[in-house]
Amino acid sequence: MTTQVLKNSAVEKGMSKTKMGFMLLLLIGLVAPYAIYPVFLMKVLCFALFACAFNLMLGYAGLLSFGHAAFLATGGYITGYAVMEMGVTPEIGILIGVIASAAMGFVFGKLAIRRQGIYFAMITLALAQLVFFLYVQAPFTGGENGLQGIPRGNLFGVISLKGNLPMYYFVLAIFVIGFTIIHRAIHSPFGQILKAIRENEPRAISLGYDVDKYKLVAFVLSAALAGLAGSTKSLVFQLASLTDANWHMSGEVILMTLLGGVGTIFGPVVGAATVVTLQNYLSQGPLSSWVPVILGLIFVVCVLLFRSGIVGEIKKFTKKNFN
Amino acid sequence: MAELLGFPPQVLFGQLLIGLINGSFYALLSLGLAIIFGLLNIINFAHGAQYMLGAFVAWFGLKFFGVNYWVALILAPLVVAAIGIAIEKTLLRRLYKEDHLYGLLLTFGLALIIEGSFVHFFGVSGQPYSVPAALQGGNNLGFMFLPTYRAWIIVASLVVCFGTWYMIERTKLGAYLRAGTENPKLLQAFGINVPLLITLTYGYGVALAAFAGVLAAPIYSVSPVMGSNILIVVFAVVVIGGMGSIMGAVVTGLLMGLIEGLTKVFYPEASTTVIFLVMIVVLLVRPAGLFGKEA
Repeated sequence: MTTQVLKNSAVEKGMSKTKMGFMLLLLIGLVAPYAIYPVFLMKVLCFALFACAFNLMLGYAGLLSFGHAAFLATGGYITGYAVMEMGVTPEIGILIGVIASAAMGFVFGKLAIRRQGIYFAMITLALAQLVFFLYVQAPFTGGENGLQGIPRGNLFGVISLKGNLPMYYFVLAIFVIGFTIIHRAIHSPFGQILKAIRENEPRAISLGYDVDKYKLVAFVLSAALAGLAGSTKSLVFQLASLTDANWHMSGEVILMTLLGGVGTIFGPVVGAATVVTLQNYLSQGPLSSWVPVILGLIFVVCVLLFRSGIVGEIKKFTKKNFN
Repeated sequence: MAELLGFPPQVLFGQLLIGLINGSFYALLSLGLAIIFGLLNIINFAHGAQYMLGAFVAWFGLKFFGVNYWVALILAPLVVAAIGIAIEKTLLRRLYKEDHLYGLLLTFGLALIIEGSFVHFFGVSGQPYSVPAALQGGNNLGFMFLPTYRAWIIVASLVVCFGTWYMIERTKLGAYLRAGTENPKLLQAFGINVPLLITLTYGYGVALAAFAGVLAAPIYSVSPVMGSNILIVVFAVVVIGGMGSIMGAVVTGLLMGLIEGLTKVFYPEASTTVIFLVMIVVLLVRPAGLFGKEA
């Protein structure tokens, strides 16, 4: 009885901590563009959302997708094409991009969940490479040049997003929506079942859960949100290019999640902010051609020395010293 | 000469030959991946980087030390295997108790480091490496022209693949390896040094990649990104074949090379994607892979 009560209060405390953390982040997000260059912040937010979407798969369902670049790129290309060639408003463009990514996620998911573990990673990587080659050849992607000069347009046809400040708050709103969806998904019964599958798949099956269906839903949700990140990014930079579809991008999002903390709610945000800051900082200095090497080193160090990532380590530290 | 299936035979056989050569490389690389996976349970993402290292060791040797092709063919795999063994002993070894995905991520990080460093020093464009004198020229077979070096690639990789198969399936060392794949703890209980076996296996798999790299040096230019380009295709080949059998890896590799070659003749637009499409079909029809056991 007492332990039950204690547990409940701990859960409540945990929830309120997440809420407090989220409020703090939101507050920082609201005032940040007055201190830091908004385009940089938007880049961070887009990649943070991308990493959160990826984390939903790896952190909560235990599925390592090595093909998330495909969804980022699809969101970007389809939204860019819709806005440029069909002349739709940005929110409709993003919606179309997200639907396209979700549909691709459905196809990827259907194929990849036929195999487990390491095969799952290889299949998603191969499928993403297939998509990469398709985008190299497809007429609507602009090949090596990509789609350039995508207009940001007017939100709902009224609010101009041309300025960086209105665009920033639009991106922040999208991030908050995406983050909330992920948070809700993780803390719902659906999220609990995903965790059960991650911990012990045969047992989840024996309890009567249609494991493949849950994995597929998680995959589609993750792909849709990765697409949302890509769509938004294409409007921010007014560019959709092959860089997003390259397998290096799939690796980068893994690194962001791993560095921040796999399976923690704020980890991917911290990881994305760290990696993007590092890339921006290094690309201007003399070390610019060493960026891939440095990312590789961080990868190796993370895997060998701190597998729980920045947020995971902080959590461990506070648990040890303040509980 | 009459046309075959609406194409001049030179074109058809020429592309089939190129397909067979690519297939030889797929076979060598997927064989190495399969052997490593069998015992270590990790996918060696650095395999492409090690293939590239093999080509670069040969190139370095020729340029700075006058080491000829034939010596490089033996020396480069040994050098790269030594590097691989060092990686296994210092880094990979720490991860055997963890989830197998961490092995994939670690080797991915290593691949980024190796490839990134070489791009920094050599750029992405390739370095030339000439065909050794004894293998220059070629023969006219009547229906097509067969360059000697290309024939050599096919012969050399087949010999190495079958040699590997023989070693694993028919020798005592191979029996230990197969036993280790089935049940490493039991094997260790019988007094076999399993950690040493694991180290040697990783070294051998890596040596196969480096051997393929040396073979590739004269026909593809020696470039830092040559490994990552081929590796993802090899992953698809591995998914198609399943990693359960040695022969499966070799046969699937050659077969996929041929299919790619044929696609170049009949529908060139799809030649970069056809192997991935085959992978999709195999996943739908036979999810465990052509030679895989149901898992």
